Amino acid sequence: MQDFTRRTLLQGGTALAATGMLTGPALFDFAKAWAQSAPWKAEPGAKLTVMRWKRFVPAEDDAFNAMVAAFKAATGTEMNVFSESFEDVQPKASVAANTGSGLDLAWGLHTLPQLFPTKVLKMNDVADYLGKKYGGWTDAAAKTCKLGNDWLGIPVATNGGYMNYRKSALDKAGFKEFPKDFPGFLEMCKALKANNTPAGFALGHASGDGNSWLHWVLWGHGAYTVDQNDKIIINSPETAKALEYCKALYESFIPGTASWNDSSNNKAFLAGELYCTANGISIYVAAKTDASKKELAADTYHALWPVGPVGKPTELQLALPILAFNFTKYPNAAKAFVAFMLEKENYEKWLDGAQGYLTQTLNAYETAPIWTADPKNTVFSQASKRTLPASGIGTVGEKAATAIADFIVVDMFANYCTGAKDTKGAMADAERQLKRIYR
Amino acid sequence: MADVAIPRAKPQMSEASAWTQLKYNRNWLGFWFMVPAMAFLIFFLAYPLGLGIWLSFTDTRIGRVGQFIATENYEWLWDDSIFWLSVFNTLLYTFVASAFKFAIGLYLALLLNEHMPFKAMLRAMVLIPFIVPTVLSALAFWWIFDSQFSIISWSLKQLGLISQNINFLGDTTWARICVIFANVWRGVPFVAITLLAGLQTVSPSLYEAATLDGATRWQNFRYITYPLLTPIIAVVMTFSVLFTFTDFQLIWAMTRGGPVNATHLMATLSYQRAIIAGQLGEGAAISSAMIPFLLAAIMVSWFGLQRRKWQQGESND
Repeated sequence: MQDFTRRTLLQGGTALAATGMLTGPALFDFAKAWAQSAPWKAEPGAKLTVMRWKRFVPAEDDAFNAMVAAFKAATGTEMNVFSESFEDVQPKASVAANTGSGLDLAWGLHTLPQLFPTKVLKMNDVADYLGKKYGGWTDAAAKTCKLGNDWLGIPVATNGGYMNYRKSALDKAGFKEFPKDFPGFLEMCKALKANNTPAGFALGHASGDGNSWLHWVLWGHGAYTVDQNDKIIINSPETAKALEYCKALYESFIPGTASWNDSSNNKAFLAGELYCTANGISIYVAAKTDASKKELAADTYHALWPVGPVGKPTELQLALPILAFNFTKYPNAAKAFVAFMLEKENYEKWLDGAQGYLTQTLNAYETAPIWTADPKNTVFSQASKRTLPASGIGTVGEKAATAIADFIVVDMFANYCTGAKDTKGAMADAERQLKRIYR
Repeated sequence: MADVAIPRAKPQMSEASAWTQLKYNRNWLGFWFMVPAMAFLIFFLAYPLGLGIWLSFTDTRIGRVGQFIATENYEWLWDDSIFWLSVFNTLLYTFVASAFKFAIGLYLALLLNEHMPFKAMLRAMVLIPFIVPTVLSALAFWWIFDSQFSIISWSLKQLGLISQNINFLGDTTWARICVIFANVWRGVPFVAITLLAGLQTVSPSLYEAATLDGATRWQNFRYITYPLLTPIIAVVMTFSVLFTFTDFQLIWAMTRGGPVNATHLMATLSYQRAIIAGQLGEGAAISSAMIPFLLAAIMVSWFGLQRRKWQQGESND
C-alpha cells in the first residue's frame, strides 16, 4: 500500500511542482532575489540528490516540492528528490556515508547526523545564519545536531505528539482541564475507566507511540537508560517507581493495549471507543477532514504531556534533521538549499501544509500562523522545546537510536505491566540488553 | 593391421592438448553441462548462506564493515532470554501448526478425493487461502483479531455470550493461538492439494481387490491409502515444517512479535535486531542459529525417504 502511495506521490509531486510554477510567481520572485543575496552561491551546473522520509500529509509534500522547484528555478541547480519510508532512511544514509556516493543530502530521523560525524558537511555557517535571523535554535534541536561546537546537520523540524482527548469525557469525569502532573493524570485515567470512556496508550511494538509515551513515564520519574557518561543506570529505584506508576495506568486502560501498534490508537479514537491517548495531530486532522466525524472533531482537544515528579517536561518527540555529506561535489548548493528551506517565506507555508505534523526548531516560528489558525493546533508548537533528545541525558548517537529501535524500554514496561516479569526481572533484562549496546 | 593401427593412434592421442581434452573428454563434458547450475547455486544460495554465517561472527552494523569477534554474538544469545523465548515460540509454532495442517490437510484431501457434485470447483476453492498474498491475509487476520474491532468479539457480544472484547492479540496465550490459527489457515491448502495429487495416483484396482476381500473403509485407508501416501506425506511435511519454521510475514503484520515477545519467532527477532535496530551481526547469528533446526528437519525426511518401510509401509528396512 505504501509503495503505491509513494509512486503516486512522485507523480503528484512533479505535477504539483508544475502548477506551483504557474500559480506561485511570488515564490519564484522571492527565490530569485534570495539566490542573489544569499551567502551561499550554488555551483554552476550543480546537481543535488536528496533523500527524505516519506510524508504523512500530501499538503506537506506539496509545499516541500514547491520549494524544491523554486530553488531549482532560481539557482539552476538540478534537484533529484526521492522519499523512503521511516525505517529505510537510516540504512540508506549509512550506506551512502560508507560508500561515499549516491546522495548529497539526507533528511532523516532522530540523531541521524551523529551516526557518521566524519562523513558530513559541517553546517556551522548555516546554523549561525538561521539562528541569528530567526531567534535561535531550541535546546533539544541543537543537541541532536551538534558535536562539540560543530553542527553536523540542521534540525529542520520536529514531529510532535501530544495528548489527544475527548472533552466531553473529561467533563463527565469531573476534570475541567487536562491534568498537569502524574498523580492527576492517573486519577483522570481511573475516572475515565470508571465512566467506561477509557484512555489507552500502546504497550506493543509501536516504534513511535510506544516509545514516546513510555520514555515520558520513565524520564518523568527521573529514571534514564544511561547517564551523561553513557553509564547504564536503568536499574534504579526511580525506574521501579516508573514501572509501578505505569502498571497503575495500564490497569485503567482500554483492554488490548499490549498488542497495539502505531495505528491502533488512531483507529480506536476515531471509532469513538478511546477517549484519551497520545498521538501526533493525525487523529484530529483525519476527524476534521471526514464529514461524518464532525462531532468527534469538535470534541477532540489536545494537551501538553503532564510533567512528572522531576518537575520539568520530559517528552520524547521525533527530531527530523537534514545533513549534507562531505563528499558532495556541490557543498554550496547543498548549504544554500538547506538555508532556503528554513527562510520565513518558505517555512511558514511549509508548516501550514504540514497542518501541525511538523514543528519549528527555530524560536521565531512559534508565531507562525499555523499555530493560531486553529487553537487546537497550539500545543504542537511546543514540541521542539519540551522534548529531550532521543538519548535522554546520555550522549546522542547510534547507541541511543539502537536502544529505541530494539524496544528495550517498551519491553521493560510491557513485561512488568502485563505481569510477565517482576520489577527486578524487567529491569535486569533491560540492563543486560543496554550493556550489550553500550559496550 | 591391428598392430599397425595402434602405434599410429598413440602419437595422435598424446598430441591432444589439455585444452582439447577438456573440450572433448566425456567426463569433462558432463562437468561443463553442470557449470551453469553450479554457478547459479553458488552465487544465489551458497554465497548468501556463507555470507550470513560470516556476518554472524562479526559485529557488523548496517552500512559499516564489522570486526571479527569470533563467537561473541552466540555467547551473548546463549544468555539472552528473549532469544530462547523466540526459539521456544518457533518450535511451538512449527509443531502445533504443522500437526494441524497435516490433520486438516489429509482430511480435506480424502474428502475431495470422493465423488461429489462440484468437485472441480471445490478443489479450486480450497486453494484460495494459498493464493491470497500472505501480507493481505495477515492484515485481514489482524483486523479479525483486533483488540477493539474484532468481528469475533463483536458477534459474541451481539449474541450476549461475552460482555467484553476478547483480548486476542494482547494476551500471550490468545496471541499464540491466533497466529497459529492464521498459519494453519494459510498452510492447509498446500498440504491438502499435494496429498490429493498423491491420492489420485493410488490405483482403484487395489481398493476393488480389498473390497472383494471384505476390507472395511478404515482398513482400506490404513493398509492401502496410508502406506502408498507416505512418500508424499514425507515431502509435504518437510516443506510445511520448513515454511512454518521460517515464517515471517504473518507474525510481522499481525503482532510484530508482541505482546511482550510472546509471538517473536527466530525470523522476526532476527529482522528486528538486524534491520530495524541495525545490528546485522547479531541478527545474522540468530538466523544462523536456525540452520541446525532446519537441517534436522531435512535429515528426518531425507533418511525417511531412503527407507523402504516409509515408502511402502512394510516392515522390511
